[in-house]
Amino acid sequence: MTTTLEPRAIGRDLARRDGGAKVRGTAVYADETPVADPLFCRIVQATVARGRVTEVDTADASALDGVVAVLTTADAERLASTDDAELAVLQGTGIGFRGQIVAAVLAGTDEVAREAADLVRVTYAEEEHDARLSADRDDLYTPESVNPTYPPDTAEGDMAAAMAEAPVTLDRTYTTPMHHNNPMEPHATTALWEPREGDGGHLTLWDSTQGVHPVRQTVTQIFGLEPEQVRVICPFVGGGFGSKGTPHANVVMAALAARAVPGRPVRLALTRQQMFSLAGYRTPTIQRMQLAAERDGRLRGIAIDVVEQTSRIKEFAEQTGVPTRNMYAAPNRRTTHRLAALDVPVPSWMRAPGECPGMFGPEVAMDELATALGLDPVELRIRNEPEVAPETGKPFSSRNLVACLREGAERFGWAGRDHRPGVRLEDGWWVGTGVAASVYPTMRMPKSTATVTYDGGRYVARIGAADLGTGAWTVLPQIAADALGAPVEDVDVLIGDTDHPEASVAGGSSGTTTWGSALVEAVREFRDKYGDAPQDGDAASGSVKPNPAEEEYVMSAFGAQFAEVRVHTDTGEVRVPRLYGVFAAGRIVNPRLARSQFLGAMTMGLGMALHEQSLLDPRTGHVVNHDLAEYHVPANADVDDLQAHWIDEDDPYVNAMGSKGVGEIGIVGTAAAVANAAWHATGVRLRDLPVTLDRVLPGR
Amino acid sequence: MRPFAYATPPDAREAVLAVAERPDATFLAGGTNLVDHLRLGVAAPGLLVDVTALTSAEIDDLSDGGLRIGAAVRNSDLAADRRVRARYPVLAEALLAGASGQLRNMATTGGNPLQRTRCVYFQDVTTPCNKRAPGSGCAALGGATRNHAVLGASEHCIATHPSDMAVALAALDARVQVLGPDGEREIPFTELHTLPGDTPERDTVLEHGELITAIDVPDLPIATRSRYRKVRDRASYAFALVSVAACLDVAGGEIRDARIALGGVAHKPWRAHRAEEALRGAPATDESYRAAAAAELADARPQEGFDGGNAFKIPLLTGTLVSTLRALAGEETRA
Amino acid sequence: METELTLRVDGATHHLRVDTRTSLLDALRQRLGATSPKKGCDHGQCGACTVLVGGRRILGCLALAVAHDGAEVTTSAGLAPGPDEAHPVHRAFVDHDAFQCGYCTPGQVCSAVGVLDELERGWPSAATADVVAGPDLGDARALDREIAERMSGNLCRCGAYKGIRAAVAEVAGVEDGARR
Repeated sequence: MTTTLEPRAIGRDLARRDGGAKVRGTAVYADETPVADPLFCRIVQATVARGRVTEVDTADASALDGVVAVLTTADAERLASTDDAELAVLQGTGIGFRGQIVAAVLAGTDEVAREAADLVRVTYAEEEHDARLSADRDDLYTPESVNPTYPPDTAEGDMAAAMAEAPVTLDRTYTTPMHHNNPMEPHATTALWEPREGDGGHLTLWDSTQGVHPVRQTVTQIFGLEPEQVRVICPFVGGGFGSKGTPHANVVMAALAARAVPGRPVRLALTRQQMFSLAGYRTPTIQRMQLAAERDGRLRGIAIDVVEQTSRIKEFAEQTGVPTRNMYAAPNRRTTHRLAALDVPVPSWMRAPGECPGMFGPEVAMDELATALGLDPVELRIRNEPEVAPETGKPFSSRNLVACLREGAERFGWAGRDHRPGVRLEDGWWVGTGVAASVYPTMRMPKSTATVTYDGGRYVARIGAADLGTGAWTVLPQIAADALGAPVEDVDVLIGDTDHPEASVAGGSSGTTTWGSALVEAVREFRDKYGDAPQDGDAASGSVKPNPAEEEYVMSAFGAQFAEVRVHTDTGEVRVPRLYGVFAAGRIVNPRLARSQFLGAMTMGLGMALHEQSLLDPRTGHVVNHDLAEYHVPANADVDDLQAHWIDEDDPYVNAMGSKGVGEIGIVGTAAAVANAAWHATGVRLRDLPVTLDRVLPGR
Repeated sequence: MRPFAYATPPDAREAVLAVAERPDATFLAGGTNLVDHLRLGVAAPGLLVDVTALTSAEIDDLSDGGLRIGAAVRNSDLAADRRVRARYPVLAEALLAGASGQLRNMATTGGNPLQRTRCVYFQDVTTPCNKRAPGSGCAALGGATRNHAVLGASEHCIATHPSDMAVALAALDARVQVLGPDGEREIPFTELHTLPGDTPERDTVLEHGELITAIDVPDLPIATRSRYRKVRDRASYAFALVSVAACLDVAGGEIRDARIALGGVAHKPWRAHRAEEALRGAPATDESYRAAAAAELADARPQEGFDGGNAFKIPLLTGTLVSTLRALAGEETRA
Repeated sequence: METELTLRVDGATHHLRVDTRTSLLDALRQRLGATSPKKGCDHGQCGACTVLVGGRRILGCLALAVAHDGAEVTTSAGLAPGPDEAHPVHRAFVDHDAFQCGYCTPGQVCSAVGVLDELERGWPSAATADVVAGPDLGDARALDREIAERMSGNLCRCGAYKGIRAAVAEVAGVEDGARR
């Protein structure tokens, strides 16, 4: 059990410290870094999904006035490490997916660079590709682990027997499509390579990233550089949602380009279209769910068998089946993951990997089971609330799913719901309501260090953390202030630079836990050394430590989401006039910013429910709706009465702040709640996302 | 993006001559579609002739009671015009259903009907497209066809026309005023756009160098009772899956006259003459509206696609038409 | 091909030589260092590049610089009356936490200023029940849907829409634009 800080600044409704700069547009993002006389880098992408490059004709491009260099596999520098095939940019002629970088152009203006990129002629020896995911492929395989290090398969008891013997069973398949993160700021890097006498040179990357230190680590490995030769700077990130959690090929390309023109800064910003093949995505998933239940609703068995894709050149195994392992009590359990390795772009993290897609099938299945049993779907979940974590038998550090369900039901007006589908008609719209549960693990990364310095009456902490809109610029000073026992106004925390101490990636909703714990440790060191009356220049550092409580407890945030859906009786148009989420995520460090996180994630969940779907044309292997006109993220008018609430949760085990992380849980369960409500409105069971109008259209 | 020259001739006639004499020249107005296409490589002109200041930005009353809308009138100004809102609500609604406030501040009356299809393959120069590169094939066939045509398509092209405004103008019997190298001519709006047939590269009957200078909407009392209904995936800022522009004259429960055009269904704004014919003299009931839809959609042919295709557009169009006409007729109860 | 032009940006006059292919957005960002408007899609599909030209909101990415010689451009940075002062829309955005990552925000702010002007003029929108009569500004629920529709050309992947609506409604003079 950790000592929880007494909240003075923590819990306060403070405005964002970077708010003024962001509303004016003076906050500087990667591509805007002021540098002298930059070159513009434009990439050329493969137009075949599999094969190899046989010739690259750069003559016309090179001849263009203003072109400084054309980089191809033939002349690009050999990287020190090509172990990661996604990042082995211009290292070989093989094509792993359509959209792979096959050349790049550097020019003095963006217009010339773009024109020159169009003039590069690439010839391919095309091979037959395979980009079609299905559950009945004969080459599905079991990965060694699923993201990040979970076992791919688990089993307890006898699920087959449970299915054979239980009085009520359900065996259904659910699917989620390919999704793209689509942060508003395209992936961008400004890069500068400075050769220096004696020390082998220095690379500066102003990169749009969720972690400056992880980028540096990757880049040093790939280029064979020492950490002190690489500085990565990123004060502001225009959203990432996982797609900037690990560096993608564009970062390597920018560094390669910069090293080709020593002393000259290079800007490389992906276009929106390019992001659909180079910046990661969420795999489509096929989820076969089995539920075996007693007549009173108690589960005798629960199983999920997942089929999803990865790329042939690099494995990423989404942990879609993992949330089922600890969600509901049942003596017989099975989870499996099978992958198809296809000639497709490399999948990666997208907001709540695992939990987000992996709570769609189970939460719709629970709704179907409730219907089969004639039970209230809220009550069904409450009846299956486990006393301890089902997978390990360990207790939860705190688990307030039931409280969230009850509070949500109260706020939403769930009581007295008529559970029959397709019987409510108002002004030409079918009306229905639905519920689903949310879950997200409380994670702590193993490494992060902070320093605290006292200077001129102010405390300045430094840590290489990232604020991708999450509020780290604002929240970390609140934590440091309470650790110091100082007014928050007297505390600065500087982030986003590898010149600050090493910090972990902003991912897995782990930032506040990890960086906050490092700050608390640094303050502890500081106070131990200097007491309460430090002198100017006093400084100390501290690092996050393993949490012994993790051995004893399972730590997770929980939530419940309630949706009202309206479906037009003539056109099938689907609207969500109400969407309420109630969460139990430990102590809320800053209510204003946490609410934005919950609401924002629920909005992304709404997009997943209603719109989002990357259409990968199996004939070509590329996403054909690769822009924001055709890949529909929610617009303002899609959001109506959206509310996020939380219950006060005092968890002494998670960390000194008592916080569990709020960035991802809001997207978990949203789509299931909406799909369940759409069924309740229309009587059409939606097992495949998104819930577009053609799927509920009368007379379809 | 290929380099281009930019010219601002002194008047419309000079602009027309400047474009007519260069096969690789094109007019620039609001730019919302052309600049997009320049950047995609879909369009690669050598000369842009900016006509923004060369045609009228005024909406004038015509002697017959109609309106002449200058080609340079911005979509937002047209939608806000009180005469348009009162006499042709379907036109104001269609404009407001299109794009976004920013785009409507840029897009012009002359340019909007000339916007090109949103077919994802047309917009992607790495895929075959008979409209963009005649003879290269049609990648949309068997591809992602959710947004494609169910009426009037050909084996060479199944694209749809994306404009909302054009659907309203097709219903309103508008006329297009055109200035060409050989002088002026007038084209009925319903004859401006073409079906793909064997020449999918053509969107309209305009010859190279012909410039839309104005669009006339005639005096049309039926249009005071009119409506534009757009159905799309997102609640706003999305192109239509289908849309209906309709004017309805109902008296004593009987339909006296109707003007109907459909969007999102064909290579052109689809004037629904068969539906109109079926409605005239019919009782104002859902049954009549369904019959009208069935008459119009008798030749509809859905497209298959890996995305599930677009067969849903047929029931969707039926439902949208029924819904729109029912609302216009002001019926409280459903048949 | 290059051309010379003059732009007034946030009150300052700039003479510059640009490629005819240069968008107004790139002229601002890459040539003048005016990076308040952002590039989110470069195809008119996101609204992050929204600026005011002659007081009207437009998309900088679909405007050619060469076609805007002499234009008066206002970015969100130029809306503030002074370096330490904020425009009412700026203040309302911060108060309502109407953004997270901040990338779409300057475009949202410029769009909001345009929306307030359009509402003032009585322009209808797709959310207006009666286009002949114009928007009903007296009803908080109707105003909320008006603002939602009018702000829909500015995508926000962080999902700050509710705060954006509340901020715009507040400046429009309504206490609680986000209903309930």
